[in-house]
Amino acid sequence: MWIEVSSSVGNASSLHTAGRGARRVVEESRESIAASLDVRPSEVIFTSGGTEADNLAIKGIYWARKSLDPNLNRVLASSIEHHAVLDPVEWLEKHEGADVKWIDVDVLGRVDLAVVGQALAKPGVALCSVMWANNEVGTIQDVATIASLCADAGVPFHTDAVQAFGQIPLDLNLRGLAAASLSGHKIGGPMGVGALIARRDLQMTPVAHGGGQEREVRSGTLDVPAIAGFAEAVRLGVLEREKHAAVLETLRDALIARVVELVPGATLSGDPADRLPNNAHFTFAGCEGDALLMLLDAAGIHVSTGSACTSGVPEPSHVLLAMGVSEATARGSLRFSLGRTSTQSDIDRLAEVLPAVVERAGRAGVLSLARSTES
Amino acid sequence: MRVVAALSGGVDSAVAAARLIDAGHDVVGVHLALAREAAVGGPGSRGCCSIEDSRDARRVADVLGIPYFVWDMSERFMEDVIDDFVAEYAAGRTPNPCVRCNERIKFAAVLERAQALGFDAVGTGHYARIESGERGAELHRSVDPEKDQSYVLAVINADQLAGALFPLGDSHKDEVRAEAKERGLLVADKPDSHDICFIPTGDTAAFLRKRLGPAEADIVDAESGEVLGHTDVAYALTIGQRRGLDLRRPASDGQPRYVVDVDLSTSRVQVGPRSALAVTELVGDHVRWCGPVEDGEVNGHVQVRAHGEPVPAKAVVESDAVTVYMSEPIFGVAAGQTLVMYSGTRAVLSATIKVTAHD
Repeated sequence: MWIEVSSSVGNASSLHTAGRGARRVVEESRESIAASLDVRPSEVIFTSGGTEADNLAIKGIYWARKSLDPNLNRVLASSIEHHAVLDPVEWLEKHEGADVKWIDVDVLGRVDLAVVGQALAKPGVALCSVMWANNEVGTIQDVATIASLCADAGVPFHTDAVQAFGQIPLDLNLRGLAAASLSGHKIGGPMGVGALIARRDLQMTPVAHGGGQEREVRSGTLDVPAIAGFAEAVRLGVLEREKHAAVLETLRDALIARVVELVPGATLSGDPADRLPNNAHFTFAGCEGDALLMLLDAAGIHVSTGSACTSGVPEPSHVLLAMGVSEATARGSLRFSLGRTSTQSDIDRLAEVLPAVVERAGRAGVLSLARSTES
Repeated sequence: MRVVAALSGGVDSAVAAARLIDAGHDVVGVHLALAREAAVGGPGSRGCCSIEDSRDARRVADVLGIPYFVWDMSERFMEDVIDDFVAEYAAGRTPNPCVRCNERIKFAAVLERAQALGFDAVGTGHYARIESGERGAELHRSVDPEKDQSYVLAVINADQLAGALFPLGDSHKDEVRAEAKERGLLVADKPDSHDICFIPTGDTAAFLRKRLGPAEADIVDAESGEVLGHTDVAYALTIGQRRGLDLRRPASDGQPRYVVDVDLSTSRVQVGPRSALAVTELVGDHVRWCGPVEDGEVNGHVQVRAHGEPVPAKAVVESDAVTVYMSEPIFGVAAGQTLVMYSGTRAVLSATIKVTAHD
């Protein structure tokens, strides 16, 4: 599909024949995505991915609301958001004078609905953003209730649905849901493409100004081949979601059971029931995540530890810290992501090597602990 | 062997890692995050260190096709190297932070962690050779006298030496650069680092002033007692220093004057002619045998700074103390500096200079 579309060179904004061909691919892709998601084609705004979609939603809604009424200055966001939401919110706070209220989560990573209600009761809220499901610990939020609370308060609600999309059913017509961010590569599509699904009546100030593409809120020449691939990934992702999710859930539950059984210091993070089908996340007491990662990598098992700073230093996860996990324990965390190629034998292999890996990482972890208590 | 290749992001460590792979080792690249700004701000905000170097190191690992990890050693580095550096200056001594880093971080914390994780050795891009002698591993000078780093490595002991690999010891720097280019490593023409890594501006006095505050002192002529100038960072002045004293009056004999003594308790810095700096005897503590332990006495050469001239000397060791007798004077030696005794090309022991004397 990508090769086929890439071989035609038209610019979707041009009026000549090749341009019309490209524009047709874009609009058919938009219509296909809209049909898959049960939204209007005009509600699909193509972006370069989830991060840009989040930035457009957070800054775009904030600026539009503030220009409507200067008193609309408050931003509500959960404290476990992805950096693509956290950082624009912090930026608004630092550079645009936004008054930010971070919404706390409980030990399972669930947003406190009472706090959302109280925060919405105060005037001046420009927008509220809560991710549909968390990328690290896999907890799924009660987005329907939050969106509805926002609707009652007349506040636009945005959700970063990048992780949830393709994993759990998404109703983008929920009452109160104003915008949702999606990413192509998270559903097996191309990298560098995504979309912000934004209700027709949602006002946003552009982040990228220019040629006026994409409802005049996201200027820039569109990546036509990537959009075509994205549309196909969305179609298949929605069509096959239920079937794959059932397989993944079975594997995930087997993985969780084996890890908890084999490793005494392992604790499952996040909500045990309302969690993404492809996500299993643990903390391993007394170990450092990057030591675990290194040893598992050498055994051919690829996992991730969460975020790192720009120079690659592993950081204790802000998500775990927000859930009340201590900094030391947060350093020993690991995420196992399952995909369509994952099998039971992968889990058997993990079960075979994990106890020795944790034991070894524990010894390396203890060295630094011994040092810090000694000094 | 399973080897951790320490990748600084520079050309030397890159070529060292490549050679370790060629030698058939199972190599993992590790970049050490040492100096680091504290994280500030709201949830998820990130503090960061040398971004360019860590990216270069990652790119080297990718080009070589080896796994790459960042180990955060910033807390240990802060305590063991930076705080120690400041405390030494505050006490009127002149420390060498690279020596301390090799002793406490690279061949201690990093090696220990690597071994705990199942690695056999840590390989670095240092210019020094490890030779296997009759009584175990010995540390020797690099074949490139310009780049030789045996001086800053002579603090590591026999066990640490056994876990170290220096693949560049038999090469000259220009050969290493040429090899990096041949291997397609883009760090081939990256400039050498000379400054203290945690003082990138090179302004040690400004760094110390920020940490220690002002320390006013008069700069006086050692012979006449006449006040010649003033400093507000007395601890940053070091014996043998000539530049940056800002003396308002020239010496009567027209010769340059050097710092010959820094006394922080009386706030007096004395300056005098070069002849006043001559030292023929050194007393050091914190003796570290770099490889096999010798019987009490070592004859050879002593070196007191990284690129200093070796001087013929005899060292007499009694438990943790060493006295070094030179047959000709050396100039400008301060307490806190590291002395290294060589026997031929072999670095035999190191110690921290406590007292200097002239017979």
